[in-house]
Amino acid sequence: MLWYVLRRLAYVLPILLGVSIVCFSLLHLAPGDPLTSVMPEFASEQVIEQIKRSYGFDKPVPVQYLLWLFNVLTGDLGLSQVANRPVWDELVPAMVNTFQLAAFGIGLSLLCGIGLGLLAGYTRRLVTDRAITTTAIIGVSVPHYWVGLVLIAILAVTLGLLPAMGKAPPSDGFGLNDIRHMILPAVTLALIPTGIIARSVRATVIDVRKQEFVQTLQANGLPPRRTFLHVIKNASPTVLAIIGIQLGHLVGGSILVETVFAWPGTGYLLNTAIAYRDLPVLQGTILVLATFFVMLNFLVDLAQPFLDPRMTRQ
Amino acid sequence: MNAVDLTPVEGNAGPFLSVRDLSVEFLSEGRPLRAINGVDFDLHLGETLCFLGESGSGKTVTMRSLVQLLPPTARIWGRVLLDGIDVLTLDADRLRAIRGSQVSMIFQEPMTALDPVFTVGHQIAEVVVWHEGLSWSAGRARALEMLELVQVPSARRRLDAYPHELSGGLRQRVMIALALSCKPKVLLADEPTTALDATVQIQILLLLRELQRELGMATIFVTHDLGVACEISDRVAVMYAGRFVETGAMAEVIDSPRHPYTVGLLNSTVHAGSERGKLAPIPGAPPDLLDMPPGCAFAPRCPRVVAACREGVPDLEQLAPGRSARCPRTGSPDC
Ligand SMILES: Nc1ncnc2c1ncn2[C@@H]1O[C@H](COP(=O)(O)OP(=O)(O)OP(=O)(O)O)[C@@H](O)[C@H]1O
Ligand SMILES: [Mg+2]
Repeated sequence: MLWYVLRRLAYVLPILLGVSIVCFSLLHLAPGDPLTSVMPEFASEQVIEQIKRSYGFDKPVPVQYLLWLFNVLTGDLGLSQVANRPVWDELVPAMVNTFQLAAFGIGLSLLCGIGLGLLAGYTRRLVTDRAITTTAIIGVSVPHYWVGLVLIAILAVTLGLLPAMGKAPPSDGFGLNDIRHMILPAVTLALIPTGIIARSVRATVIDVRKQEFVQTLQANGLPPRRTFLHVIKNASPTVLAIIGIQLGHLVGGSILVETVFAWPGTGYLLNTAIAYRDLPVLQGTILVLATFFVMLNFLVDLAQPFLDPRMTRQ
Repeated sequence: MNAVDLTPVEGNAGPFLSVRDLSVEFLSEGRPLRAINGVDFDLHLGETLCFLGESGSGKTVTMRSLVQLLPPTARIWGRVLLDGIDVLTLDADRLRAIRGSQVSMIFQEPMTALDPVFTVGHQIAEVVVWHEGLSWSAGRARALEMLELVQVPSARRRLDAYPHELSGGLRQRVMIALALSCKPKVLLADEPTTALDATVQIQILLLLRELQRELGMATIFVTHDLGVACEISDRVAVMYAGRFVETGAMAEVIDSPRHPYTVGLLNSTVHAGSERGKLAPIPGAPPDLLDMPPGCAFAPRCPRVVAACREGVPDLEQLAPGRSARCPRTGSPDC
């Protein structure tokens, strides 16, 4: 088991390294000079040199990378060029908001996706299955921002049931108003993962139920609820892998959804950073989100052998 | 855990399993497919009956219909009396109470027939816990006992093994342990050795025969290997296109087959009584069950066919007690 963990870790480290290199290169690949926004107009050669030195841009690129990496690992993501505050200070509240919304969306998509997928898988070719499958296809194919806008138009503007955008003003603790603000963005965010999870749960359950061991269970007189447990456990590795990927996408999807709903999370932060060419914020946000994505998949990989004993041997 | 009442009918002294006019149809698009057509047999405790026949003759379907283990497209008629209880009229709860505890099944492919993500100990214990209402630790103790009974080496360690960690032969032993874990009265074995290599096949057969005698079960054994059939069974029923065409004591049927299909089958396989170098396959192929010939289903392939064969399906005529054949020409001695 320890061996398995180490081996998975050996996959993760190069990926993280790659992520960091890509993030670092953003600064150099982005069109224009990364310093234009901080450079005073009509600066003299001397001033330019000085500023370059103070940012470390006079050193060779690999050295710059190592210095940057060291700073990142010690929690220093640099200064926001727009707000002139540490990127970290911008990022933390945004991350808290994003994870709040994401947690709500994940809860929704797991609950609905797994529930509907099981129902469809167990009522294959019947009305429920067809209804769920069709809905899932529609849910997966419709773009986020469109659904978001339609929901706002109907539920917020026309019916006035829910707030259209933003986060509840800070009050004492987390309350009903916070949840009311989260419903529309969370539903929008959950839509695609719900569809994909439902479809994969359905397909996996149908697949597992066709396997011969299910007949052995029936031949031994075990009741449907015991057979169900066997089916669930057999389906779980596949479903978990898909859920892991979907959770990553869900966080990615938050960029659009947070913009549509003006939700002050990382997606929103990223969007403003792009608009203002605030490269350090861009860099820091992407780095944190990408690391989150990689670690999520790492955790999913770690969970697999507990669900399927055949995985540790290879 | 199961409080379903399965008290046998008082004073039932007849055969433990009695099957009358069993028929099975599969509903598919178009016409229903008649896979089994009026099968009758009796089976006593301690007795082994073998279903012999080419692929598609209905051996598996006959066996599975005894405990209604068929897809929902199947319709079953007839009577299956198990210790006086009519199995085909039982509701789902009572049927489950019988499956695995009174009637157990061993499948052909032990790799796929065991759940890959549970330990073999768990899978055996689960059945015992469910049927006998024991605790999980008692179930585990029974699982160990069963693995020892089927001679799995270092059984205690194997309890926590997953199916993929065992060899094919061991897996089949586990399947047998699983099937016998609730001390069933009837054992249904569907080609239990076909997926194994030859030496392991013999070991498993010997084990099955030994256990069957020790536990006194009524056993139905499906195979298309005549050698295997001779080795293990007391009686044989030769099947063709969903019907029994010949039944009798194993040795008698081998020595003097009375139905041309049995003769063909004997000539086309290697077995203890066959003469060396004289293998002759039966010409042609089994009939399409959706398009059966009007008379005897074997007539189109039969070397000894007469006009009467094509007129109507011949009766299964009793030739001697426990010996019968479905051929209008059984009277002629050299059949
Ligand atoms: N689920 C099903 N749906 C439709 N037809 C079926 C089904 N199962 C079996 N049959 C048909 O019933 C007939 C008997 O099949 P069965 O499996 O009993 O044959 P068998 O004697 O066990 O053959 P084998 O030696 O290949 O196992 C076959 O013609 C088969 O096509
Ligand atoms: Mg078969």
